[in-house]
Amino acid sequence: MTILSALISIGLLALVFGAVLGYAAIRFKVETDPLVEQIDDLLPQTQCGQCGYPGCKPYAQAIADGDDINKCPPGGEATIRKLADLMGVDVKPLNEAQTENVKRVAYIREDECIGCTKCIQACPVDAIVGASKLMHTVLVDECTGCDLCVEPCPVDCIDMIPLPATTDRWKWDLTAIPVKVVE
Amino acid sequence: MSFKIASSPHQHNQRSTAQIMRLVVLACLPGIAVQAVLFGYGVLIQLLLAIITAWLSEALILVLRKKAIMPRLKDNSALLTAVLLAVAIPPYAPWWIIVIGTAFAIIMVKQLYGGLGHNLFNPAMAAYVLLLVSFPLQMTQWLPPMSLQSVDLTPLDAVCSIFTQFSCSGFSLTQLQTSVDGITMATPLDTLRTDLSRGLTLSESMQRPVFFSFAGTGWLWVNLAYLAGGILLIQQKIISWRIPVSILAALFLLSGIASLASPDTVAGPLFHLFSGGTMLAAFFIATDPVSASTTNRGRLIFGAAIGVIVFLIRNFGGYPDAYAFAVLLANMAVPLIDYYTRPRTYGHRTRSELK
Amino acid sequence: MPSLFKQIQAGTVWDFHGGIHPPARKTQTNQKPIATLPMPDRLYIPLRQHIGVPGQLLVQIGQRVLKGQALTSADNSMAVPVHAPTSGVVLSIAPHTSPHPSALPELTLVLAPDGLDEWRVREPLNISHCDKVQLLNRIQDSGIAGMGGAGFPTHLKSGVAQPVDYLIINAVECEPYISADDLLMQEAATTIVKGIDILCRLLSPKAVLIGIEDDKPIATAAMKAACSQREHYYVRTVPTKYPSGGEKQLIQLLTNKEVPNGRRPIDIGIVMQNVGTAFAVAQAVLDDHPLISRIVTVAGDTLSQQQNVLALLGTPVSDLLDACGFQPEHKQRIIMGGPMMGFTLPDLSVPVVKTTNCILAPTVAELPAATEEMDCIRCSACADACPASLLPQQLLWYSKARDNEKLAEYNLADCIECGACAYVCPSEIPLVQYYRVAKADIREQQREALKAEQAKARFEARNERLEREKQERLERNQQLAAARQQQQTSGAGNAVADALARIKAKQAQAAPQDEQNKAQILAERELKKQQAREYQQQKAQQQAVEEHAEQHSQTPATSNSTDSKAAAVAAAIARAQAKKAAQKPEQLIKPAQSVDEMNKPVRAAEADPRKAAIAAAIARAKAKQQAQTETESETKTETETTAPLIAADAVNKSAVESNAASAIEDPRKAAVAAALARAKAKKQANAEPTEQTEASTTDPVVPETVVAETVVAEDPRKAAIAAAIARAKARKQADSENS
Repeated sequence: MTILSALISIGLLALVFGAVLGYAAIRFKVETDPLVEQIDDLLPQTQCGQCGYPGCKPYAQAIADGDDINKCPPGGEATIRKLADLMGVDVKPLNEAQTENVKRVAYIREDECIGCTKCIQACPVDAIVGASKLMHTVLVDECTGCDLCVEPCPVDCIDMIPLPATTDRWKWDLTAIPVKVVE
Repeated sequence: MSFKIASSPHQHNQRSTAQIMRLVVLACLPGIAVQAVLFGYGVLIQLLLAIITAWLSEALILVLRKKAIMPRLKDNSALLTAVLLAVAIPPYAPWWIIVIGTAFAIIMVKQLYGGLGHNLFNPAMAAYVLLLVSFPLQMTQWLPPMSLQSVDLTPLDAVCSIFTQFSCSGFSLTQLQTSVDGITMATPLDTLRTDLSRGLTLSESMQRPVFFSFAGTGWLWVNLAYLAGGILLIQQKIISWRIPVSILAALFLLSGIASLASPDTVAGPLFHLFSGGTMLAAFFIATDPVSASTTNRGRLIFGAAIGVIVFLIRNFGGYPDAYAFAVLLANMAVPLIDYYTRPRTYGHRTRSELK
Repeated sequence: MPSLFKQIQAGTVWDFHGGIHPPARKTQTNQKPIATLPMPDRLYIPLRQHIGVPGQLLVQIGQRVLKGQALTSADNSMAVPVHAPTSGVVLSIAPHTSPHPSALPELTLVLAPDGLDEWRVREPLNISHCDKVQLLNRIQDSGIAGMGGAGFPTHLKSGVAQPVDYLIINAVECEPYISADDLLMQEAATTIVKGIDILCRLLSPKAVLIGIEDDKPIATAAMKAACSQREHYYVRTVPTKYPSGGEKQLIQLLTNKEVPNGRRPIDIGIVMQNVGTAFAVAQAVLDDHPLISRIVTVAGDTLSQQQNVLALLGTPVSDLLDACGFQPEHKQRIIMGGPMMGFTLPDLSVPVVKTTNCILAPTVAELPAATEEMDCIRCSACADACPASLLPQQLLWYSKARDNEKLAEYNLADCIECGACAYVCPSEIPLVQYYRVAKADIREQQREALKAEQAKARFEARNERLEREKQERLERNQQLAAARQQQQTSGAGNAVADALARIKAKQAQAAPQDEQNKAQILAERELKKQQAREYQQQKAQQQAVEEHAEQHSQTPATSNSTDSKAAAVAAAIARAQAKKAAQKPEQLIKPAQSVDEMNKPVRAAEADPRKAAIAAAIARAKAKQQAQTETESETKTETETTAPLIAADAVNKSAVESNAASAIEDPRKAAVAAALARAKAKKQANAEPTEQTEASTTDPVVPETVVAETVVAEDPRKAAIAAAIARAKARKQADSENS
């Protein structure tokens, strides 16, 4: 009998608390960005596809679904750290030995371009302009340096060149200043 | 001809860390001198031992950490730690006390935390507490001032008793502590505490020879000497006035109120200010920049906290003097204090204005 | 408590937090008159000398310019022009070491003075007769940008719409050594006051406050005397303390106000101008003398004559130093700007610009170089010195840890980089350098974030467009299929008619569907393309005719008419020109060709640069191919690896041969053929490793190349049409295979 009353009272308590929690979950729901959006905001939006997904948003979706957070070379260490923070997982090193993260943009050697438009089709951010049979060129300000246009070019006229240093973007690297030696 | 690239500013104030440390050590000298004259030469031997140990342990750790030794030895920070610990321990404590203490201060408290500037705790005080807790007997064997000693101690006696526990003429430290009338003497604070616990009133206790006017015999002069050195440091802008002033003010106020409320059991404010290591702690130990608070308001809070803790432990705690504990406890609170006492940046509103 | 204005009138000067008192060392230069320099051999005029964008170039290399002539034009409000400091010839316009801490090259105009110093026509303005817009335009056109150091365009600062309570003239000059403004005030106080009058006209402030540090008694007296007629001008001496000349600090000193975080002084009714700027404004308006020179303090113990000089903008630092008796020592530092905020120069060809107030050549004894950085001992001397009440050591930790969030929390952005913290640091930590790096990092991150935002938007827009296009293509394919069925039933065989009919059908079918505007546009585009093609073919035919005429002219007896003669002459000239043009690229291509072993294209290339390009492309394609095949040499047999080579070779040969055969062919065809060859080569190369999967994609190419090769020597018009048909077919095939 005592066991029965205990069971009943515990069961009732469970019901009551469950109802309260359920109500609270609906009543006090905190409106946040969906996880995918939050992840997407952390990704560098180069749309390079080096993660194996066709763009940053799909990779964000994949991370939300449980994929590794270390597949984004353009984002580098910093992005991985932020993702680890957001997802509450451990920081992992980049899954491939990636080269140092130097900002690069595509450059089309214009006299060799045959106007095949293949690179235009490959560019995920429409940063290449040009028409069929006419020379193409890259909008440097829009290029994300994703490398995706290099492979499709039939005549290999696209180079990835590092962004030239300007005084506005200079990062106070005093050791890099060439000192002229005069006698 | 080639040109040198450097970052602005190209002009520097010529006071370096080493100079600051050296000035602090120099400002200690009056206090050390008075201590040596009034309490015997033991303190000088302790100093020597401490400095040698500090340099050796610092060099050892720097070798292990694969850092350049000379620049860091030259910054005089190890020297200062050694000096502060040497003057804090009883002058005739056995040699291994100071060696263990200094090595602990340098290796464990300073270098293992990342070296100069990275230690959370004041190295000298952390070592002092370690010694006090581990070797309570040796750490409380303070000889009375030489004027009250039954046996005259020569410098040679000091060396002998530090290294062999017996003076050249064969007296043990306990024997040396005993006064002419056969009563074992301790520091004024210790004596007072013992007397009060035995049911004597303050005025009765103050009749003992270790007391002199309102403070302890000898201790008054030692404290005055450290006060003078401290004022010199403030005048030289080596330390900020905020920490010492708030320590002394807090101690003065609390003991003043308490002694008015209970004149028989609590000593007056002047006794507290000029007894034990009060001045040494206020001007030389608590002001250690590395472990003290760094904001101006924070320094006032930091100092007041030390003053309060010293008062509480001296009057209600288990130890006669307490500046080491007080400094360590306040050190722990520094990150918190600093965080909440950030100054208002130019053009920003204070937190209250924002609300 | 009296009102703020009353207090200011009564002469109250407030104080700011922190600050330092470095030795001023101004007496070496502030007692001597301003010297003038001999005309330099070359003037290096950077096209951008202010904060903003450079103007549009107005001059060409080799052009002679007059003194004061604008070299660039201010085509938008953020642009400020530069002017020729003297008459002379523009030698070059090329990157040159910039007067910037980074010393990165920036576009610089090099002027060779001709020694005549000939002015352009000058049109001084009469202030009483001109309105604000005229004045502002004159200030902008005269190239005036803040001369205190920041170089903010003056016309923007003077043309603000908000009401202005106080105009503050900054004559504090708190950095050690510098006495340029001091000397300017000593020698030209009345002109400065005239300049202030003009600024007052533009801004209508309640009062003008002229802040001068109390170590400049002569300048203060001169300014007081010059202002004596103007009752709302107040000359205020402020105690000597660095950095009282900082904008925010001087505002606090003179008005006890703080510029709220993230705002500008104008938001609290204050505008600050440098005293040198006021002088430049007066010169520009009253004399039509644009900003082409400035006073520069040249100081330091390596100079035998430390003094202030009037330097033309663009004068290389070496000229300045030489004129002052420069005796360099080993590892000499040359600092542009003061010892607190100036930067070192890597070489002496850096020119004086609008913001250059000092050139410092100190000895090591005078300004010892920073020794090794030691650990921070948390003494917080830096916090006591910081004029912005920041906590420099906390900022240092977070800068080292690259914790940008914490840096923002500790208000790194409010750091004015005055260097007071690093000056007092006993551990000689280059604090400011750490902050600069951190700030640059944060700026970069913000730029990246913005770029990521844009990239995301573009990516999404593109995806949307692709989706839409896919839908449209699907529908169009269905329509086309229907049209083809129609076509087949009607039984028209002619290729041209076929194509035209298809276009028409496309149009016809696209029209009724209103929501398919896109398709219609595409169809129109197709039609236009067709027209363009026809036009080009006509052109090609014309060319062919010309070539014919040429041939005729080579047989002199046959041509009698003057008409054809003229045509022949024209053709000959054209040919000569073409040849000349051809010679250059040919030389460039030659070495590349020597690498590949095909003799034929080499010879062909020598004949025609177009062909050379083709050959080069072939070579590249081959090289790529080879590289790809080599990587897979283990799995490939010998024949397989050589197969694509042979194939490519055959294609090349045929292309080249056909080119050679049709000598009168237009270059367009050649390009098409070359592209085909290259594409084919690449595709074949790609196909090798994955033969089965690639088969479908290589298929459509075959008819195309066949067609191209067979018709290449025929009528260009037909060939082009046929090629177009082939391409269309191939595409269709590919589409159907894809879908």
